[in-house]
Amino acid sequence: MEPLVAALVVAVLIGVPSVVLWRVLRGRSELGSSPAERATFETLHTASLAAPPLRAGLTQAGALKASRHLRELLGSPAIAVTDREELLVYDGAGDHHAKDAFRHAAGTLEDGRTQVLALDCVYLECPIRHAVVVPLTTEDRVVGTLAAYGDHASAGLVRAAQEVARWVDSQLELAELDRSRTMLMEAEVRALRAQISPHFIYNSLTTIASFVRTDPERARELLLEFADFTRYSFRRHGDFTTLAEELHSIERYLTLERARFGDQLQVTLRIAPEVLAVAVPFLCLQPLVENAVRHGLESKPGVGRISILAEDAGAECGISVEDDGIGMDPERLRRILSGEDRATGVGLANVDERLRQVYGDEYGLMVETGRGAGTKVSIRLPKYHPGVSA
Amino acid sequence: MSPAYGVTAVVLVLLAAVLIGAFGIRVSRTTSDFYVASRTVSPLWNASAIGGEYLSAASFLGVAGLILTYGADMLWLPVGWTGGYLVLLVLVSAPLRRSGAYTLPDFAEARLESMVVRRASSVLVVLIGWLYLMPQFQSAGLVFQTVTGAPTWAGGLLVAVVVALNVLSGGMRSITFVQAFQYWLKLTAMAVPLVFMLIAWRSGGSPGLPPGDPWALPLHGREHPVYATYSLIMATFLGTMGLPHVLVRFYTNPDGRAARRTTLLVLTLLGAFYLMPAAYGYLGRVYGLPATDAVVLTLPGRLIGGTAGELLTALVTAGAFAAFLSTSSGLAVSVAGVIAQDLMGGGVRPFRMATVLAVTVPFALAGLARTLPVADVVGLAFAVAASSFCPLLVLGIWWRRLTTVGALAGLLTGGGLACGAGVVTIVGGPYSGWVEALLAQPAAWSVPISFTVMIVVSLLTPSRVPRNVARTMVRLHTPEVLDVDRGDWRPRSV
Repeated sequence: MEPLVAALVVAVLIGVPSVVLWRVLRGRSELGSSPAERATFETLHTASLAAPPLRAGLTQAGALKASRHLRELLGSPAIAVTDREELLVYDGAGDHHAKDAFRHAAGTLEDGRTQVLALDCVYLECPIRHAVVVPLTTEDRVVGTLAAYGDHASAGLVRAAQEVARWVDSQLELAELDRSRTMLMEAEVRALRAQISPHFIYNSLTTIASFVRTDPERARELLLEFADFTRYSFRRHGDFTTLAEELHSIERYLTLERARFGDQLQVTLRIAPEVLAVAVPFLCLQPLVENAVRHGLESKPGVGRISILAEDAGAECGISVEDDGIGMDPERLRRILSGEDRATGVGLANVDERLRQVYGDEYGLMVETGRGAGTKVSIRLPKYHPGVSA
Repeated sequence: MSPAYGVTAVVLVLLAAVLIGAFGIRVSRTTSDFYVASRTVSPLWNASAIGGEYLSAASFLGVAGLILTYGADMLWLPVGWTGGYLVLLVLVSAPLRRSGAYTLPDFAEARLESMVVRRASSVLVVLIGWLYLMPQFQSAGLVFQTVTGAPTWAGGLLVAVVVALNVLSGGMRSITFVQAFQYWLKLTAMAVPLVFMLIAWRSGGSPGLPPGDPWALPLHGREHPVYATYSLIMATFLGTMGLPHVLVRFYTNPDGRAARRTTLLVLTLLGAFYLMPAAYGYLGRVYGLPATDAVVLTLPGRLIGGTAGELLTALVTAGAFAAFLSTSSGLAVSVAGVIAQDLMGGGVRPFRMATVLAVTVPFALAGLARTLPVADVVGLAFAVAASSFCPLLVLGIWWRRLTTVGALAGLLTGGGLACGAGVVTIVGGPYSGWVEALLAQPAAWSVPISFTVMIVVSLLTPSRVPRNVARTMVRLHTPEVLDVDRGDWRPRSV
């Protein structure tokens, strides 16, 4: 047995690295047959290696990672990248030129034109005699410079530097695009949050008004519940809350609805205590419950039942809200969720959109319904998601 | 001993586990009362659940076996396994809860904002899980053999299959109350026979150790006892915080304060439990039982005999199987979850495949590897956890200058070294002298190396400090009741 195990371990230890090596080597040889083809592929490959670090914008870390590949693209002994304020990276031979690199860039930063500088160097063996400084621009604004250093400044090097700079520009523009997309997503989440339906406010206030004369004490209690509910719903800070808090808010909401419907509204809860601490998007359940009350029960005679269920499922938690109301035409549901039908069910579409924004498309609402068959809306929430905390 | 009682006990426990898994006793908390529904799990329940998941075959059988064999030095095992929670309490529990992380890879990602570190943590979680599961299956085989005379692989296979079914059906494990019940079952299964045996021991004239027996002397028994003891202390005290199946339980606590209270209660509960294996070991020595992991099972029959002895043996056997099942299920779920989510991309089908992988690999290992005392192999899992996740958690929580590169280097060096030592010990060996001591108890050298690498590399790469470190630190260290700006949601940028 033992020799077998030892042989296995040795096989794995030697096998895995050699397979990796083989694949790398094979990948090289597949780069084409003629030298020209191979050179093209090599260049494209180098460019693709330099692209990801630049996609974070013009930063020190990104420039540091990309510099080696950029130098390879240019084929010059050294390069420097600056932004408007400072030198980001100097990479290659002749380190003693690094301290002057930002000074070399000053002219180009000023007027946005390519400059060829002749440098004097005290060291005889230093290969750096000339610098070609080209601007990096996004949206017609000079945001930095790229400098290629070498022993002479040929027209070819100037041209190459300009082309590489243009390629870097396009990467930086993509970075800009990424950034604005991120900002857009944040803004959307903020715009989408907390939409208490005006129907509910109106209905609650009329219900409370109906109690003012007959049962002033009850009216007072309801008004306080209403105040608490609105304070929670209109709070300013935080995009997330815990499931426990969200349930508290639903409790207040249902107290107000019960005042209106009386015993016709029955609620059952089954909540796994393990998931009460899960961070959930602010007001993501209340619209589901409101939907169950409004579209499930309001237009139905007799008693309506709603059950709210939250269960623990490993790294996720599953929540569902079910009613035994009149249900909905699936086609209409599709229109509501896709935003074509804005008249009703804004709440559902809103929750769906927010969940997708935060957790990704696989975490949208799941609705099971049919005419006269009640409605069940389920959502899944990961217990941990980066950036999400109550 | 007739196998009938033991087999009945094993069958009952397995059946209960399968049924709970299949039908998922969703301890029916259906109610229309919001107050009842929104009550969180109390620290005592949570602590019992942690105890139920934590007390594995190593605690139930292994500790007594090792104490019987090597004497007083081995008392450090239960002390360390309890003391680990003290370190957890002081340094980790509350900030970890506040981080919102559910698993260790989650924490790595939340703190270091790097998918690479997350992946590395995932791989380590899987390795630690496998290293921990393997001895569980081996001891299941041992117990089953002791009870029925079946070959050793049979018991392991039985537990592996039940665990896989359990995890696939998604029942049992996640329910705090079921796991909490497991703790009290194990406590009872250990305590009741012990009470009877102590009575028998007293009525037998309280025999002691033969005069001149060096068994009870400290620093005696194994080679290089001083090194081995300190290494053991290091592994157990620092390794507890890196166990994947323990940490997920902390998520159930509503806040950092509750996490601390839970840890404190875990300390108490484990302290109570670990008094007993020592007593078993002592009695085993007094009555001259053979030195194996099976001492807990054979002792009641030896001391009491007759039907009463058989029944007590059956109770202990049931407790032992409960220990295999609860720990293995917890570990398998954690390992499968990590494999499915981080290494296979998530979803239902990958989770099934991952579950199979999470169970079969350690089962195969259990068949291939040489049989070591269960507590020693579990000790290796602790050593890996102590040399990888302990530095990550401690430095991650308490040191702002930890960098992505530093964390990665530390994880890979420490985890790699300890894992290597573990694998070499398990598949190769036995060795002699210092080689054996250094390989079997790697923590004393691998933990300092890991810390050093993490700190030095972090200091060398100051530009790689995660961008939002200040915000993360505020979140980790401010109590939830304080109203401070903890930052808003940002889309993941990778």
